[in-house]
Amino acid sequence: MNKEKAKGLLNLFLCMLKIGVVAFGGGYAIVALLETELITRRKWVTHDDFMDMVGIAESTPGPIATNTATFVGYRLYGVLGSVAATVGVCLPAFILMYIVSVFYNMFKEIAIVSAAFKGIQICVIYLIASAGFRMFKKLKKNTFAWIVLTLTFCCMILSSLFEWNISTLVYVFTSAVAGFVCYMLGIVKEEQK
Amino acid sequence: MILLELFWVFFRVGAFTFGGGYAMVPLISDAVLDYGWMTEAEILNFLAMETVIPGPIAINMATFIGFQRAGFIGSLLATLGVVLPSFIVILLIATVLKKYMDNPKVVAVLKSIRPAVVGLILSTAVTMGMSTLLGSKTLSQPFSIDPMSFVIFGIVIALSFGYKKWKKKQLSSLILICISAVLGIVFFM
Repeated sequence: MNKEKAKGLLNLFLCMLKIGVVAFGGGYAIVALLETELITRRKWVTHDDFMDMVGIAESTPGPIATNTATFVGYRLYGVLGSVAATVGVCLPAFILMYIVSVFYNMFKEIAIVSAAFKGIQICVIYLIASAGFRMFKKLKKNTFAWIVLTLTFCCMILSSLFEWNISTLVYVFTSAVAGFVCYMLGIVKEEQK
Repeated sequence: MILLELFWVFFRVGAFTFGGGYAMVPLISDAVLDYGWMTEAEILNFLAMETVIPGPIAINMATFIGFQRAGFIGSLLATLGVVLPSFIVILLIATVLKKYMDNPKVVAVLKSIRPAVVGLILSTAVTMGMSTLLGSKTLSQPFSIDPMSFVIFGIVIALSFGYKKWKKKQLSSLILICISAVLGIVFFM
């Protein structure tokens, strides 16, 4: 490995580390940070390239932030670059969470902390619900989507009420298979762009 | 054995969560409850704490649960497990599979997963809401309404919507979390 590349890799790693440190809120907050850092400030990738990567990161499994980092790293320095970028963006969260985990059991026993947690728990429900609604708004709502959404929603709540043990993976798989079958039968047409 | 289990469970979660962020919560809590690694209440408590920690929720959860079950190695393996599938998938796409991403069959399958993910998230909000506000999410345990929780829930919703109407932009979730922490201390102490 030449000096130039080693320096580039280190820069990439440090940049991702920084993004991992400042990224509060996860998910799209990190994507916005990546955008300013990579396009506006360092000019490592073009805007179109970046949007392309985010699009793929969105439709593949896993956290969007790490997916985008992997992609950008690969684009810049190949496999080594993707490793450096992914480790960099994950490391701050890992270290911080590890430290918190170590002290968590001590902390949660304190009355004032557990009262505050109880308050935040209620807020989390609102946050999850509003994240769900935001995704719902962005969803392409055809008949297929409505059926899958309603069935998943109802089955999940019923299985909670009656304590049926259905893995969440079942819903993901079933809708993937149903989507494929509907597409092959020509029931769901691909929309024109 | 527990180490292998941790890696495998989080590898599976990493491989099948589309959408990132809170989309991970249904899958992880499902797996964790299944293995008896955490109780419903512990998951809610963890999520409350997690909201103030930066970083992707999936990594935070993997690190935390890994540590609770098997210390440092556990948290390392769980985190590795949750990140590895997407790392491999993205590398494959970046190297050889790029052209398939535009294939209408692949697009159709990926698109058809989305409504299921939205359904999973929304129903998770409902069942967690039942646990927190009604004291139970199954019919076999009695429901008990906690008026204090409803008051806090109402305040959070009113604040969020009021701010949006007033300032025309979203109230940052960090501020909302801080306010609800204070409300928690006021109402539950």
